[in-house]
Parts: sequence; C-alpha cells; structure tokens
Amino acid sequence: MKKLVIQDVSRTFPGHRGGAPVRALQPTTLEVETNDFITILGPSGCGKSTLLRIVAGLDHPTSGTVTMDGREITRPGPDRGMVFQSYTLFPWLTVEQNIMFGLAERGRPPAEQKDVAASFIERMGLKGFEHHWPKQLSGGMQQRTAIARALANDPDMLLLDEPFGALDNQTRALMQELLLGIWERDRKTVLFVTHDIEEAIFLANRCIVMSARPGRIKADIAIDLPHPRHYTLKTSPAFSELKARLTEEIRAEAVLAAAH
Amino acid sequence: MFRPLEPVSPTTKTALGVGFFVLFVAAWSVATLGGFVSKTFLADPLTMLADGWALLTRFGFLHDIGMTIWRVVGGFVLAALFAVPLGVAMGAYKPIEALFEPFVSFARYLPASAFIPLLILWAGIGELQKLLVIFIGSFFQLVLMVAVAVGQTRRDLVEAAYTLGSSDAGVVRRVLIPANAPEIAEILRLVLGWAWTYVIVAELIGSSAGIGHMIIDSQSLLATGQMIFGIIVIGIIGLISDFLFKAINAKLFPWRLA
Repeated sequence: MKKLVIQDVSRTFPGHRGGAPVRALQPTTLEVETNDFITILGPSGCGKSTLLRIVAGLDHPTSGTVTMDGREITRPGPDRGMVFQSYTLFPWLTVEQNIMFGLAERGRPPAEQKDVAASFIERMGLKGFEHHWPKQLSGGMQQRTAIARALANDPDMLLLDEPFGALDNQTRALMQELLLGIWERDRKTVLFVTHDIEEAIFLANRCIVMSARPGRIKADIAIDLPHPRHYTLKTSPAFSELKARLTEEIRAEAVLAAAH
Repeated sequence: MFRPLEPVSPTTKTALGVGFFVLFVAAWSVATLGGFVSKTFLADPLTMLADGWALLTRFGFLHDIGMTIWRVVGGFVLAALFAVPLGVAMGAYKPIEALFEPFVSFARYLPASAFIPLLILWAGIGELQKLLVIFIGSFFQLVLMVAVAVGQTRRDLVEAAYTLGSSDAGVVRRVLIPANAPEIAEILRLVLGWAWTYVIVAELIGSSAGIGHMIIDSQSLLATGQMIFGIIVIGIIGLISDFLFKAINAKLFPWRLA
C-alpha cells in the first residue's frame, strides 16, 4: 500500500538581492510503501533535506504535490514525527518533559503522558536521566531523546534529517542499531536523509540516490539484506558490493557538486 | 595568571571587587581629609556618614527612600505589564512588529526627562506624574528589547514544536515564551537600572519627597555630605535589586545554569 506519494515536486528558492533564483530540487516523483524504510542519499546541497522538509510540511513545493494516505500535505503535523540534525530538544524542559511535549500539546491526560514517556525512557536507554536538562546530555543521548520525543506521538511516519551527522563514529553505529531495532519492532514508515553511504545501506530497504544540485533522483536501489540486521553485516560481501555500487553513484555527484 | 579569558578563583574575585571599593574610598579620603578639595564642594567620607545618620534618624530619610522605591517599582511594573506582552506579540507576529516597530523605535529616543514639564501640566506634581515618567522611560525600551529577543528564537525549536503537533498559539505559549523567559528577565533587570535614573530626575523637579527631592534640597544648603549619601543609597539599592533579580532568575531558570 502506498503511504506517501511525492508527485512532480520541485522547489526553487527566490534569489537573494535580485540574484538568480536557486533551483534546489527538480521535479521529483517518489512513492513510498507503508512501513518501508527508505534512505535518501546524496552530497550536500542536493536538495535531499529540502525534500524531507516538504514532506514534513515545513517547506512548500514550488510545483507538485505530496500526499499521505491520499490527503495532501500542507503543514506540519504530529502524524509525521521529525528528528533534526541540530539538537532541537527544548532546553527548558527535562528529558521526560521533552518526550511528553507532543502528547501535552494534544491535550492527553497527564497519566498517559507519564506512561508513554516512561516506556520510551526505558527503550532508549535513558533511565536515570529523565530529570536531566538537555544541556547535561551527550549528543547521542540528546538524539535518542529527540527520537523518543517524535515517536511518543505514535506518528504514521518518521522523518530523519541526518540525525546522527554530528555524532562520533562509534556512537553513530550504536544509534543506527537502536533505530533499526525500533523499526524492526514497530514497523513505521521511515524516511531517513543521510550523506553516509554505509548508514544508507545498513538502515534501508530501499535507497534513493540523489544527484548534485539541482537535485533529482538518480538511482533507486533495493537493499535486500535480511532482517534483523546485526552490525557484522557491514563487513559482509553483499554489503560491500552495495557499498561499491553506491560509492560509484555518489562519487560522480560529489565531483560535480565540488565543481560548483 | 594574567592571560586573556583565564578564569579567576572566587576568593581572588571577591578580594579584587572589594579592593576597588576600598581604593576608591581611600582616594576620596585622601582628597578630602588631606585638604586637597574644598569642603564646600566635596564632603569627606566621615562627614558623609554622619550626615547620612542624621538624615535617617532625624529627618525621616527612610520615608524618602520608601517613596522613591515605590515610584520606581510602581512605574516599572506598570510598564512591564504592558510592554512584555506587546514585545512578545511583536516578536512572534511580523505584521504586529511592522505596525509598531518604527513608532516604538522613534519613541524610545524621546528622553523621558524631557516629558517631565509636560507631564506636570497633564498630571500635576503628584504620584501619577512620577509613575508616568518611569513608564515612558522604560516602556519603549522594554517593548523593543523583548521583541528582538523573541524574534531571535531558534527556528529549529519552533519547527520541532510544529512537527510535534503544536498549534500557532501553542508555539507562542510553549516555545517562544519559555525559550525567552530568562532573556526577558535579564532585560527587566537591565531596564530597571535605567528606571532609577528617571525617578531621580523626576524627583528633582516638583516633588516633596523622595531621594531626588532630598538631594536637591541639600544642594540649596550646600550639604554635600547629604547629597553624596543620597547618591550612595541609590547605588546600594541598585546593587541589592540586581542581586535579588539574579538570585530569582537562577531559581526560576535552573536549566540555564545546568
């Protein structure tokens, strides 16, 4: 079943101070199946984040439409949880209060908010930190809280914009496993934007490769690796083969992007 | 270690801070008690203290202090009550900002003290006139500074709130206000300091009580000791209110210090 349909979506940003308008995204069409895990891979400035922001409702397409379950997306909503690259926990709220934010905004009873927060604190390994301020947490913990905060709303779709981009390699690998574990259990529809090839393969059922600016879909590659996935998968021959292929695809684009 | 941005230990910090006060009083004592400055123009510290004691015990100076504090706090609270909501509204909603910002920017340069003669015409020389001087002096500053602070709220926090299901009103209430509350408290502390300047000026003209009134009275008597005592009292009250503000802020916004 189609969860999300992106139909001929393009985005052009108006020029600054009379400069030429910048086309970030060429008309792009993409259909996403329910409960699929899709990674969007591309060099910086390829419009992959723009595409994700349009799905989130934070940006509007210059042309084309995005529909989820047949309804057009016009604004952000709790049915699409989002995790940002920058740390966006509310600094004045504790870990627990951050996780409860969405439920509180939608007027859920406090007891339910507490229960949901407690279960995510448990699952995300945040036990003992529920009353800490975001400032007191490591980057990995902040992003775990941010994922919990998005999931606490029980969204239909989870959108992640390079969520592990600012983390060190070891933490990043652990976070990938954690996220994959959640998906294997809860089966949400996930769109995950990244420029990290290994990450794009390890997490995805389907990897969309985007070209350099103006962005368009260059390749759509099925990742038929079995679930549940273990980190040792990253050293398997099948993984290496995919990695070699994607490296080729992305390299050409990176060269183009660097020349701009 | 005397190097850029090198921290200093708490004891040294206190010693240095107190040290300069001591140095200042010492220099003042040498200048006055040493006979380098005429007594007519500048009283020595001892005379100042004696005069101050007399003011407090015999001339009801405590009542003056009370009047001045009430005027500052009254006028300031009144200004804050209107300015903070307007500032938040301007920071949050750009059309409201576009409507008021140019006027407020203009009005903020109108010196509150220049309004005193007009305000005396309009409101007499009673308490209302004093409160209005403080109000005019702080209101426009507060509005503008609060609006700028709220307008500079991190966009990604606002976006995160929207993706979590916040309504527009929810974003104002649950993001813009709490995110900027410490900043707003800091602005209030700063502008309260300015309000003290206005109150004294207001009391210099057409007043029958207050620290400023005492100072202008003492001038006609050439009582420099009393004048200086009055000025120092203002400084001490300022220091205390600053300290209170900081303590309250630390208590209200623990996440800032975490």
